[in-house]
Amino acid sequence: MTAETGTAGAPLVRLEGVGKSYGNVIALKDVSLEVAPGEVTCVLGDNGAGKSTLIKIIAGLHRHDEGVLRVHGEPVTFGSPRQALDAGIATVYQDLAVVPLMPVWRNFFLGSEKRRAFGLLDVPHMRCTTRDELLAMGIDLRDVDQPIGTLSGGERQCVAIARAVHFGAKVLVLDEPTAALGVKQAGVVLRYIVQARRRGLGVVLITHNPHHAYPVGDRFLVLKRGRSLAYHAKEEISRDELTALMAGGAELEELAHELESVSGTAAEELSAEARTLGAGGEGRP
Amino acid sequence: MSQAAAAPPSLAKGDERLARRSPLRRLLGRPELGALLGAVVLFVFFSAVADAFLRAGSFSTILYAGSTFGIMAVGVALLMIGGEFDLSAGVMVTTSALIAALVGYQLTLNLWVGVAISLVLTLGLGFLNGLLYVKTGLPSFIITLATFFMLAGANLGVTKAVTGNVASDSVRDMDGFASARAVFASDVELAGVTVNITVFWWLLLVAVATWILLRTRIGNWIFAVGGSAASARAVGVPVARTKIGLFMGVAFCAWLSGMHLVFAFASVQSGEGVGNEFSFIICAVIGGCLLTGGYGSAVGAAIGAFIYGMTNKGIVYAEWDPDWFKFFLGAMLLLATVVNLVVRRRVERAR
Repeated sequence: MTAETGTAGAPLVRLEGVGKSYGNVIALKDVSLEVAPGEVTCVLGDNGAGKSTLIKIIAGLHRHDEGVLRVHGEPVTFGSPRQALDAGIATVYQDLAVVPLMPVWRNFFLGSEKRRAFGLLDVPHMRCTTRDELLAMGIDLRDVDQPIGTLSGGERQCVAIARAVHFGAKVLVLDEPTAALGVKQAGVVLRYIVQARRRGLGVVLITHNPHHAYPVGDRFLVLKRGRSLAYHAKEEISRDELTALMAGGAELEELAHELESVSGTAAEELSAEARTLGAGGEGRP
Repeated sequence: MSQAAAAPPSLAKGDERLARRSPLRRLLGRPELGALLGAVVLFVFFSAVADAFLRAGSFSTILYAGSTFGIMAVGVALLMIGGEFDLSAGVMVTTSALIAALVGYQLTLNLWVGVAISLVLTLGLGFLNGLLYVKTGLPSFIITLATFFMLAGANLGVTKAVTGNVASDSVRDMDGFASARAVFASDVELAGVTVNITVFWWLLLVAVATWILLRTRIGNWIFAVGGSAASARAVGVPVARTKIGLFMGVAFCAWLSGMHLVFAFASVQSGEGVGNEFSFIICAVIGGCLLTGGYGSAVGAAIGAFIYGMTNKGIVYAEWDPDWFKFFLGAMLLLATVVNLVVRRRVERAR
């Protein structure tokens, strides 16, 4: 609570050697990460790399059983998502937690309704706030009364993020916000992430797409099989190197061998690509 | 339409939404619209074919028929917006009436005591329905189907055991009958027309329910738990409490309807009410409530009940065979459901 104003750039959230096991399955081991105000920290990894476990620890759904999670410098263990929210960490999941048939403004304030005397909803205030908050993030809705289900996937994602921001989030955790979106819609969401960063929020962006991560990210954590494969600031790593780390040059080669028996040409193309990627990727531990 | 200066790069996105919100389409988005059109068409139709239909006295009869179903339809509609069914609603009315009549008569109490005990026990039944639903996670259809049969059996069994008859004894001469009748079942003169007081109870309930739905936090929660319970839970809406409250709302309506039965007829037939639960659901669905929850209105349910009453009495005034009433009811239900389907597809079509 104290660090946020005093030292600019001090990390809002910091993970030090955090690990998590489910029974005898080690889902996450020795992962370190920092989220500073006005910075986007990208977490990349293939399916099963441990991305979900990582955000569940930050979001308060699971407790870590190794290492330290610090929020504003204080070591914490969240018992529930509510506690994480109270600490200013808001998580926007892929399903977005919106009710499609309800108007945008009702969705925006759902669970945190603004009321006047006698339990009356302050409808004009809520309509107005929804409109302004979305406008501030560059989404101009003519009608906040339309059901949120009529918005595009990208717009819905933006409403969910704007809601988190409005209700006091200092750290935004975004779980694959661009996964289900087309190129154009993904652009809308990425632009929004940049807006949030400009407002001084710390953003954790989980994705498996390095092309989405690289333009907006300030730090990059690549996970593989529950371990940290690489952790770099933007100036230390190029887009191609990041892509290579993600794709795993060595794995592509393995795949090429497997494919050889099926289709010779496909395997050749693949191994050629693996060589190019490998040249950039293998240089870094 | 286009973007403000805040984010010029987003300009292109606005184009997709052009020409989407004409006033006509907005009107079509109202849940009550289909029912309102249906009501107007039916009204014109019966006015043309039945001479007696347009008399003020007939209109009052239609309103009364509408109100007896409309009171329950309010509770059932709210529950349906919250995503659940209550199949025990029909017999619960009888249960509530029997409790008041039997307790008052057997213990020789002032009937108001019976009325109060009935309120507490009926709300308890609603609470039980809700609790069973929340604790087991079974579909409310199954839970309330079970309580429907249990209540139907208990109504008959208890009444026979206590009175030796299938109906409760007449409470007409008991203390408090006159005053309770004035509240629950009296006729009110309004501009020369006799209107049953249930019509006013009905309108009051519709007004209160509409206010709750649109202007209170609870209303927001009702739409949310019906539209997507998981999303509602994720943003901190107390889903279990909201659902239990809705079942208790149905129970309250059942109590009000039950008290009307007691004080209109003095004696209650224990086998009554079976099958009415579907009539309530029909009223709500004709009025625009989606069977899947999350969409609908109390006003729509009221229009649905009005259509129900109009068809019920209109067939009599037109001197047709009343046996055909259920056929018309079924046809209207089918029509209403198709209209609802179109609405839902339109609304949920993500861009």
